[in-house]
Amino acid sequence: MNRTLDHTIVGFLCNWCSYAGADHAGGSQKSYPHNFKIIRVMCSGRVEPEFILEAFRKGAAGVVIMACHPGDCHYKTGNYQAAGRYHLLQKMISQLGIDENRLVMEYISASEGERFIEVVNQTVHTLEGIPPPPLS
Amino acid sequence: MSTKPKIAMYWAASCGGCEIALVNLHEKILDVDAAFDFYFCPCLLDTKTNDIKALPDGELAITFFNGGIRTEENLEMARLLRKKSQILIAFGSCAIEGCIPGLANLTAAKSLIDTIYHDNITIDNPEQITPDPQTQVAEGPLGVPAFRDTLQTLAQVTEVDYFIPGCPPESHQIWQAIAALTAPAGPPPIGSVLGSGPSTVCVECRREKTDKKINRFFRNYEIIPSETECLLEQGLLCLGIATRQGCGGLCPEVNMPCTGCYGPPAGRSDQGARMTAALGSILDLGDTKGINESELLARIEQALGTIPDPVGTFYKYSLAGSIPGGRQDP
Ligand code: FES
Repeated sequence: MNRTLDHTIVGFLCNWCSYAGADHAGGSQKSYPHNFKIIRVMCSGRVEPEFILEAFRKGAAGVVIMACHPGDCHYKTGNYQAAGRYHLLQKMISQLGIDENRLVMEYISASEGERFIEVVNQTVHTLEGIPPPPLS
Repeated sequence: MSTKPKIAMYWAASCGGCEIALVNLHEKILDVDAAFDFYFCPCLLDTKTNDIKALPDGELAITFFNGGIRTEENLEMARLLRKKSQILIAFGSCAIEGCIPGLANLTAAKSLIDTIYHDNITIDNPEQITPDPQTQVAEGPLGVPAFRDTLQTLAQVTEVDYFIPGCPPESHQIWQAIAALTAPAGPPPIGSVLGSGPSTVCVECRREKTDKKINRFFRNYEIIPSETECLLEQGLLCLGIATRQGCGGLCPEVNMPCTGCYGPPAGRSDQGARMTAALGSILDLGDTKGINESELLARIEQALGTIPDPVGTFYKYSLAGSIPGGRQDP
């Protein structure tokens, strides 16, 4: 059985760009893997590192943060803050024995429905290639 | 036999600093003695575990339990003292969140034993002796308490009534906590953190804080920081921003960055996550007008690349009690 498809991948999507991008994909009837679960947040800067660690503790196979492109954040710098945290967290989870590829950050604009689908598929594909999550 | 309520203090996986902090109450320890019968404390008194076993349940009014749960004996004592105490207090960082012994959760128990008893170059152990729970000697079997797989916090193995943070808790804060427990108005709600405040060390630190951003971090030996400006803003990894108030800002007061011994502030479960959140917000990324993704990444990498060991630094005291709790695949 495909372990990765058994496990939830949590996507934190910022309301103003990435969520609209996912919506765009949905509007044009594109499908994406069922285990990618979307949580809408107002801004990627709202994604507390606690949320990510908690998702892994609860057995998530991966966590994806989707943000507005640099310069486009509705709150100006939320995505820069998210990028800094993401960078540190990747280092931290690998020290904690969680493959750093399980944490992904991507920039998706409101019109990039295609790109959204691509990133989700790519993430599922990458996670298939690494051993099952140690937790859960 | 004394009719005063009995108190106890026990050490599990700890260093003894918590006992020193209690003794540092100085003459106030006489007030404690006047109000309580100091009944059990292996570091200071001669009462034995069997004396505790012989007590009726709930006979100890208050037990201060310091140290993490590393061995089967620690676990047994935690359960025994829970049964015999009306109020069980997790005293100090080890009992609350694992402290330095909790960093061992980054390594499998077996590798710890291998390092300590076999692999270090300074070790001479030709008979490969390790502290096994059972050893056969000429006179019969000998036992030592088994070493558990990970270090757990007190609250992870039994119910805890109150928490007194710090490594060790500041003596005046211990006094505050005892005063709060014996106040005429009745004790604080169960689960309270005593002898500290809800906010962070920054509110107690007298250094000047501005909104300065940081483009690289320094290790302590690399710079001599200004004595008046915020240490974090000077690029030192001061954990004050992610650490509960209560110590009075002692380390920054003497030009040393906070290392986080009071644990995460109120309402927060994970100190490392707090520190990560804070650092993400204060990076100096220069002029970001028209910046593209790879340039952004390069600047972030440059700033954060100067932090060699985020887990060891941000979770120095709180790994065992944190969300991850330790390495997932040790
Ligand atoms: S609003 Fe989209 S990243 Fe801030």
